[in-house]
Amino acid sequence: MISLTIDGKKIQVEEGTTILQAARKLDIPIPTLCHHPVIEPYAACRVCMVEVSLKGRTDLVTSCNTRAVEGMDVQTKSDRALGARRMNVEMLLARAPAAEPVLDIARSLGITETRFEVKDPARKCILCGLCVRACEDIVGAKAISFIERGAERRVTTPFDEPSEACIGCTACAHFCPTGAITVEDLRGRKILHDELHLGPTTAIRIPTRQAVPMVPFIDEEACIHFKTGECRVCAQVCEREAVKHDMQDEVVELEVGSIILASGFKSFDARRIPAYGYGRYPNILTALEFERLVNASGPTGGKIKLADGSEPRAVGIVHCVGSRDENFNEYCSRVCCMYSLKFAHLIKEKTKATIYDFYIDMRCFGKGYEEFYHRLLEEGTHFIRGRVSEITDLPAMEVEEGRLIIRVEDTLLGSVRRIPVDMVILATGLEPSLDHNRLAKTLGVSCSQDMFFLERHPKLAPVATFSDGIFLAGTCQAPRDIPDTVAQAGAAAAEALALADKGTFALEPITAEIDEDLCAGCQICVGLCPFTAITYDKEKGISVVNDALCKGCGTCVAACPSGAAQQKHFRDAQIFAEIEGIFLV
Amino acid sequence: MKGEQFEPRLVGFLCTWCSYTGADLAGTARMTYAPNMRIIRVMCSGRVDPQFVLKAFHEGADGVLISGCHPGDCHYQEGNYNALRRHRLLRRVLSQMGIDPERFRLEWVSAAEGVKFQRVCNEFTEQIRKMGPLNFNGGKHERREA
Repeated sequence: MISLTIDGKKIQVEEGTTILQAARKLDIPIPTLCHHPVIEPYAACRVCMVEVSLKGRTDLVTSCNTRAVEGMDVQTKSDRALGARRMNVEMLLARAPAAEPVLDIARSLGITETRFEVKDPARKCILCGLCVRACEDIVGAKAISFIERGAERRVTTPFDEPSEACIGCTACAHFCPTGAITVEDLRGRKILHDELHLGPTTAIRIPTRQAVPMVPFIDEEACIHFKTGECRVCAQVCEREAVKHDMQDEVVELEVGSIILASGFKSFDARRIPAYGYGRYPNILTALEFERLVNASGPTGGKIKLADGSEPRAVGIVHCVGSRDENFNEYCSRVCCMYSLKFAHLIKEKTKATIYDFYIDMRCFGKGYEEFYHRLLEEGTHFIRGRVSEITDLPAMEVEEGRLIIRVEDTLLGSVRRIPVDMVILATGLEPSLDHNRLAKTLGVSCSQDMFFLERHPKLAPVATFSDGIFLAGTCQAPRDIPDTVAQAGAAAAEALALADKGTFALEPITAEIDEDLCAGCQICVGLCPFTAITYDKEKGISVVNDALCKGCGTCVAACPSGAAQQKHFRDAQIFAEIEGIFLV
Repeated sequence: MKGEQFEPRLVGFLCTWCSYTGADLAGTARMTYAPNMRIIRVMCSGRVDPQFVLKAFHEGADGVLISGCHPGDCHYQEGNYNALRRHRLLRRVLSQMGIDPERFRLEWVSAAEGVKFQRVCNEFTEQIRKMGPLNFNGGKHERREA
């Protein structure tokens, strides 16, 4: 340990600690611009100047990259230190007069204007090189660097052209202390911090607030480390050393007695309806995106804002996007009406916006739902019955300038209307999740016509499937809201538990049997059985059925040339009698 | 047929998991379709012994349908493939016996395809109606007309 004095206060720090780190431990403020805890200090901005006395010598040093030495006496507010700082800040001000953090430091030092010549009053870059170092040391992309010298020095890509080396990680903008670097997605590269459109917020994150287990994971698609092999900032800052980049996905095989399928849904992709303009106009959101927007932990802290940051004056909510539509999904997605009403209520609560709700039929099916609809009617939401035909930004009159125009046939009014709004929420429907088909094939579960999983019987076995021991819960079976999902999930869990609790399993009494006297031992049945339930008894020279394995399909029976194999309840004689019988009527 | 429209007698062997459920769906959905199909439920289309088909024709059927799960969807993994093979072979046998193989049909109808079952029934009935009565075991057919 090393002991030193800062502004008269004594502190003990570990070897290798910088003066800046020691000062911060003592809560002594030293301004910095180019310093970042995860990047090696570089002392480019020189606003962290302090005066250091050691063994009778005093000197001015940059505190960010000067290591603390035993017996050091540091003055952060001495005249000499402040004077040096002022001079440096004035020079920075001359170069980057528009940089807010520089202005802040200048104000705190009592500087109102710079004595040096200002070349460009709009400049923000202080040439600290934090972006260059981030790009090189952390990201490992090496896409930007300094060019020119002296007054012409600036940060850019080679030849000022969009660089192939840039991976679009936006780390440069993230580290820039003055906001001199902004991000523009010129080539449609993926920008990671795409919060509003529900893209990954960071490459390492907790999947959802309700995730079990509640631990973060690394998104390999987005993680810089998996692109360039560098970065590992997360591992660097994690004190518990819990982050490991070399962990591999593993396939875990579990032996289970029953399976509950709760694979959920995917939201209808609103881009499939080009007339609704989703993806082309910034203020058209899907329901999930709006849900994120109004969420208190969302990007705007729950404030309803347009892309330019202003509050909408009018909002349109379009029902049945992708549902009840012969071109996409014929079924009703069931939840959209109610969540649309909730949105209308939230917008009313949080803004002064006029709300237009475009519906085909208002389906308020549940307990208390109709009452909620009536409440919305009283709140003054404008309900317009009719399917929206188009959302455009082409104005036809003055009030429509710069707004989104919803074209709709008002079927109660009997006319086509154009309604200008600022924000549109598309109530996207529910569709089977992406790997639905693969799951269905793997587990032998059938799908209904709308491609949701098919229950064994709509009334008598609503959570069971045709495969024994596999149960369904939630929106993988059909679109349903949260109360219904919870109820069904409870039922599925109970069914699975009942199966486990009993400990025995009743077999269908329809297994095949082989008549010992008739069997010639040809073994045709042995090869046909998909469950390997038939084995050949060499001693007796006949085939034998294992009742526990036989599922009773009867394929062996149909193939048996001697009629020795018979299926209980589906004997040849029984079916022959049936055939005779049906012609008697 | 004494000026009256000929009503074919059809026998359908339906697997319990897909086609029978599909037919049930057509019923619960109150779809209407030609009432000419008489249905025999088997656990799997692979259970359909060629003898059943011959027996059905013998008993007076004008057409026989085997219907099972779509390929790859068989509840018993591969029973419907066996049905497919047997269907192909049996069509040849039928033609040798003087029965138009078009009277013996194989269709895949899933549990969700009530509409398809309705269509198959209507199509098959219409097709056999055009082909006329089979009269394979002549006497029997006439006897039951009476």
